[in-house]
Order: sequence, then structure tokens, then C-alpha cells
Amino acid sequence: MSGRQGVALALTGGLLVAAPLFVGDYVLSVLIVFLLAAYLGQCWNIMMGFAGQLSLGHALYYGLGAYTAAALFVHFDTLSWFGIVAGAALAALAAGVIGALSFQFAVTGVYFALLTIAFDEFTRILFDHFDWVGGTAGLFLHVAQVKGTDLLHLRGSPTMFYYVLLALSAGVLWLSRALLRRRIGFYWLAIREDEPAAAALGIDTFWMKLVAVTLSGALTALAGGVMAFYDNNLYPDTIFATSSSVEIITAPIIGGMGTLFGPIVGAFLLTTMGEAMTDFGAAWGVPGLKQWLYGGALVAIVLLQPAGVWPWLCDRLGLGAERR
Amino acid sequence: MSALLELDGVDKRFRGLLAVDGVSFSVPQGAIVGLIGPNGAGKTTIFNLIAGVFRPDRGRILFEGRDIAGLRPHVLCRAGIARTFQIARPFGALSTLENAMVGAFRANAGTEAAEKHARAVLERLGLADKAHAPAHGLTLPERRRLEVARALATEPKLLLLDEAMAGLRPIEIDAMVGTLSALARESGLTILLTEHVMRAVMALSHHIVVVHHGQKICEGTPEHVAADQRVIECYLGRSAA
Repeated sequence: MSGRQGVALALTGGLLVAAPLFVGDYVLSVLIVFLLAAYLGQCWNIMMGFAGQLSLGHALYYGLGAYTAAALFVHFDTLSWFGIVAGAALAALAAGVIGALSFQFAVTGVYFALLTIAFDEFTRILFDHFDWVGGTAGLFLHVAQVKGTDLLHLRGSPTMFYYVLLALSAGVLWLSRALLRRRIGFYWLAIREDEPAAAALGIDTFWMKLVAVTLSGALTALAGGVMAFYDNNLYPDTIFATSSSVEIITAPIIGGMGTLFGPIVGAFLLTTMGEAMTDFGAAWGVPGLKQWLYGGALVAIVLLQPAGVWPWLCDRLGLGAERR
Repeated sequence: MSALLELDGVDKRFRGLLAVDGVSFSVPQGAIVGLIGPNGAGKTTIFNLIAGVFRPDRGRILFEGRDIAGLRPHVLCRAGIARTFQIARPFGALSTLENAMVGAFRANAGTEAAEKHARAVLERLGLADKAHAPAHGLTLPERRRLEVARALATEPKLLLLDEAMAGLRPIEIDAMVGTLSALARESGLTILLTEHVMRAVMALSHHIVVVHHGQKICEGTPEHVAADQRVIECYLGRSAA
């Protein structure tokens, strides 16, 4: 990381830490949406951006995390964080099984991606008929009137959730950076670039891919668990929806896959753009204008900067190149 | 000299085609052995059998006396067999140094140790000044050198070079031959190479194995092979001979 990158990171970090002190409820809720998109994009980026394994079914891991945390809380009144960690473990197991099956039978590329959609859809239908967690009618978390902040039970104001997501995002940023500098990070990039060549250099591609998939799934599930206590209601048809998976991957693609900051930049851009266009659409009174503008902007970015906005921004701001 | 690698009656069949037909030869410790033959003779298939891409249908492949037939490529690399590809396959988004580091991590767990080793290998292959250049921007001769550097960085006992000089100009071929022979002389590395460029094969190899239609038709010293009637026929055709 260059000196200017360090300064930029410190400034942005400081701004994000201080933000709840001087923004209103509305902006805070938008920032929470931003941080969630950033975090989920970072998690997906480990698997696709680093190891080159395309998942189009990441809603599965988010959903498993959310449902595990919520169900344990509703039925057994367990500590919130216990359920969240249990959800991450379950998601890791699911990701491990999907990965092991695929990689053992050499299912790669788009076929692997199709398989991830299939497992997500399969789980959605399963949860539709899973009465213990409410089926299609949904699962609701009882909301006690808590004064102040109870971090242990994850009950409190949106500000608390903001800081939890900020911490998660910062944590996975640090983790990604550390992994990319080690042997495993080099191995992931080698597999992404050319798997047979990687294997010829002594890399056990099966295990390396499995680690990426499992780690990505488990980290994704953490956010699902946390957000279950923010949303307090869960429906299989929204949480496991393929559109949720697509939302997860949009930020890193727009921001720059395989880079450390791309998913964060992409999430910020998409969230602010979405909000601005909602206001714009409402002001003009044209129904559906927001979707048109949003879609158009996405197409424009992908056409003009296929490598993502962040590498281009690095260039423009003289921040030095970041590895892709 | 004891044999580092030994093929014993190896067959490989693709559907109806017998691509490799009862091939036996051995590569002595510390030797440079050339594997030559016309296009489609089965050279690359033999390489892929040794490197674990394919499993032989019959026969044994002994490395340091152990049958390695059917072991996976990464296992073979860890055992000490490194290979290059006929079409250079650099990790395009990584720098030249990072490419070599991927190989160097085979024997060096830490990033600093791997980088140090990778730099030494790049120096050896004359790529030191390209260390920070992205691999996708390298020229063909540089890609060929990187291919060798990356394999060498895994610290192999046996290096398999699959047409490492294809597409190079004569002056670049001479440079590569110089690098490889210096390497073998100084480090005692054993090399098995396939090559269409005859001046390179003749200059480098101590021993040459000739294959044609999947079968070994001749082996011996470069001089012996070059004078062999069957070899001349398979390269130049019957009427020419």
C-alpha cells in the first residue's frame, strides 16, 4: 500500500467511525445498507475475486446464517452471538459440501455457478416448507423494549448495528489483505489465473478452492446472523431469492473484483446512486424511473470500466495500482 | 549413473488411438535427455503421463525407484517433478516476480523466503529487470523464460521442458540453450525435454530418445540418432533417405 493509499484509508475510516455523530436516522439507515453491501461483496470477493470460483448463490449462506441465529434465538432464547457463530459454522459446512462435491467431480466455471444457484433455490423451497422456522409465513423475532445498547444480545439502536457492520467490514478487509500476502493468497490468484498451471507448481487446487469457498460462506453467514436482529423478520422467498445473490455480487463487480477496496467502493457507489435516483424518480413522478436509471448506470459502468471503478479511481487519484 | 526416471512399457490409449505404445526409456540422474519425434508422435502425451495429467493404461513410471503412474500433478511436483507447458501459461494478472513466487512457495512457506528464492531464480533466467512487470505484458521469449523460472522455483529434481524454445528466434534459442546448460552443469539438475528445434536438442542433450507413431524407434547419443536410417525416414520421408 502506498503512502497516499494509507492516508486515504485513514481519512475514510475516520469519517465512517464519526458518521453516526452527525447524520440523521435516514442517512444512518442508508449507511447501514451500504456497509452490508460492502461486507457481503468483500466476502464474495474472497471466493471469486481471489480464488476465481464464481458463486451466484451466496444468498444461501446469508440465509443460513440469518435463519440459524434467528431460530436459535426464538426457540431456545440463546445468546445472539452464539446463534450467529452457529450459523456461520452451518454455512461453512454447506459451502464445504457444495465445494467438495463440485471440485471432486471437476465441475468448474459456469457449471459450478449454476450449481450454486441450484443449491440456493433448493434451500429456499426447503425453508418454504420448514414449519419450525415458520415456512412461507416467515419467522419473527420478539423485540423487547431495550433501553440503550445491549451488544451481547445484539439489541439496540441502528447506531449499534452500524458499528457492528463497520467492524465486520474492517475485519474482513484486514483478513483479505493478510491472506493475499501469504502463500494461500498467491495460490488462490494462481488458481484463478490458470488452474492446471497452478497444479503443476505443486498447488493442491482442491483444498485451496475448498478453503476459499468455506471461508467466504462462513463470513457471509455472519452478516446474515447480525441482520436477522436488525430486520427481526425473515422470509425464505426474500432471503434466499436469486435476486439477493445478484445484489451481493453487484458491488464487487462494479467496484473491481479481486481488489481489496473494490467491493467497498462499489457498494458506496451503488447505494448512493440508488438513493439519489429514488429521490430523482419521486421528484419527476415517473414510475419505474429509478430502475431505468439504475440499470442504465450499471451498464455504463461495466462498459466504460470493465475492470471496476476502483482501479480506475486509483489511477486518477494517483493512489498507485492495486493488484487484481 | 542411476536412473532418476524410468518408463517401462508404457501405453496410453485415447478411444481407439494408441497414442503411446509400449514406450520404455530411462533418464539418468544429472543427465539432459531429449525426446524427439515428428508432430503427433506422442511426445506431449508422454510428458503428460510423467507429469500426472494422464494415467497410463499399462506399464510403470518409476521416479527414484517408486511407481508414480497415476499420481496427481501437484503430488508429483511436490515429489520433485516440475514441468513447463508447450503453450506458455503465465498467471497474467500477477507480476513476473509473483509468478515465480507461486513456484517458490512449494519449498518456502514464508513470503519473504519465497520472494528471496524467486528473485534468485529470475536472476538466473535473466528476468530480474522484469520482476515487477505484469506477466501478461511479457514478450514470447520472456514468457518462455518465465515458464522455466516458475518450474525451477519449485526446486525440482527433474525438470520437464515441453518445447521451451518453440517460436523463438535463433539468437534467443542460443541464449536459452546457454542458460539451460549452465543450469544443469552448476546445479546438477536432471532435464527431460521435447523440442522441435534440432540445433537446441543436439546442443543440449547427452542422450536422445526418438518416438514415432507412439513407439520408440531409436535412442542413443545425438550423433548416433542423427545417423540412424529410421530417424531420417520419419523426419524426411522414405524417398529422401
